[in-house]
Amino acid sequence: MVSLDKFYNGNVRALSQLISAIEYQQNGVHKTLGEIFPKAAGSLKIGITGPPGAGKSTLVNSLAHQFIDSGNKVGILAVDPTSPFTGGALLGDRVRMNEFPIDGRVYFRSMATRGSSGGLSAATDNATLALGAFGYDIILIETVGVGQVELDIIDSCDAVIVVLVPESGDSVQTMKAGLMEIGDVFVVNKCDRPGSDRMAADLRYAIDSWKRFDEGWIAPVVCTEAINGKNLDELFEKVQTFVKYSKDSGRFVSQRRQQISKKIMSLLQNRFRQEFLDQIDTGGKIESYIDEIVGGKSNPFDVGEKLYQQFRP
Amino acid sequence: MEKKVRVLLAKPGLDGHDRGVKVIAAALRDAGMEVIYTGLRQTPQMIVDAAIQEDVDAIGVSILSGAHMTLFPAILEELKAKDATDIILFGGGIIPDDDKTELEKMGVAKIFTPGAPTEEAIKFLREAAGSRSPKE
Ligand SMILES: Nc1nc2c(ncn2[C@@H]2O[C@H](COP(=O)(O)OP(=O)(O)O)[C@@H](O)[C@H]2O)c(=O)[nH]1
Ligand SMILES: [Mg+2]
Repeated sequence: MVSLDKFYNGNVRALSQLISAIEYQQNGVHKTLGEIFPKAAGSLKIGITGPPGAGKSTLVNSLAHQFIDSGNKVGILAVDPTSPFTGGALLGDRVRMNEFPIDGRVYFRSMATRGSSGGLSAATDNATLALGAFGYDIILIETVGVGQVELDIIDSCDAVIVVLVPESGDSVQTMKAGLMEIGDVFVVNKCDRPGSDRMAADLRYAIDSWKRFDEGWIAPVVCTEAINGKNLDELFEKVQTFVKYSKDSGRFVSQRRQQISKKIMSLLQNRFRQEFLDQIDTGGKIESYIDEIVGGKSNPFDVGEKLYQQFRP
Repeated sequence: MEKKVRVLLAKPGLDGHDRGVKVIAAALRDAGMEVIYTGLRQTPQMIVDAAIQEDVDAIGVSILSGAHMTLFPAILEELKAKDATDIILFGGGIIPDDDKTELEKMGVAKIFTPGAPTEEAIKFLREAAGSRSPKE
């Protein structure tokens, strides 16, 4: 098991090994996470989502620099897809990280989804606890960026940045609802390319018509050129304005409470699945029920009910 | 969950070709490994820091610039300094046989010469990572 002594002494290897233990759901890791949980509460978690190639990693790099320049320590989690066929993954987000100090003020960890589909890996949320408890007060999370709308991020973050490019018009149309709801700050990146004004205007219009009227925050749209360093200060400022709004208005706390509630439910679900559902399919019972169903003697609904009655706690 | 082999691939020094590294990266991924690519111009310290943060089993380094006799030892030194000598170091590039022997004596686990089939690297990594005892 990972030694928490070393972890608390600031040993980076201990942090990295704890994140691996989280990924493998090693025995006892929940106990460790329970212990460090209170120490992670103070860190701010910011998600960056958007289609592949939009410039998420490049923006993460600039945000990380801005936060360390303001005296923070920054932990970064970058998630990339695992191939469902080979189980392998190419984790390339580090390539965009430039000139970071090598004194421990920045920590970067690439994570493969390992079968999860909501834009993060199952371990990402727990990994934020490890980073937070280790002393990273800002945590940046880059999602996979292949799904339509990657909703996992709202369960792990205090603020979400949605990154689009001038060519994203169609995707804005198709994912309007989900996108508008998850974004606290929107970015149209690659504004050196044609169509960016149009894209930003469309986006503002969409945000206006989708905004929830019970809320005081209307998500701003920032046009950036991440590779040229253009308008990145404005983005940084908008993110900070949102965080301040969220804290002042009580949204921050209520969001955290919701996340905790979901977390408890998901821990319970997993536990029940492991200890209860997984037990049902023993001794080839399922196969014999399927035989009956295929043979026309039963149906999935009756079998479901019968198994439930038989196995319920 | 089944153990994944995690490998960091780096390209230190100033020569700018990373085609070869990308071919290896794709082959390792297709063999079911998690491959972290760090990009060009990494210093030994950046490479070892990244390897520790990513908790990899192995570091693979491609050197075509001829600087292998300084870069490999520098990475080994850095691993020692960070108490991380259990991380496997392997490499590839245009490296004369004498240097290769010398480097392997110093602690580089394996040097692949250009044109070596990628299956060789896959087999090597599976075995080496499998027998690796995690450092406490
Ligand atoms: N033209 C242009 N290219 C950019 C800009 N920002 C990032 N890129 C490039 O877009 C590509 C993808 O960027 P990356 O940050 O890896 O995108 P991600 O897949 O969303 O993480 C890279 O080649 C970047 O250099 C920009 O403002 N303008
Ligand atoms: Mg990326």
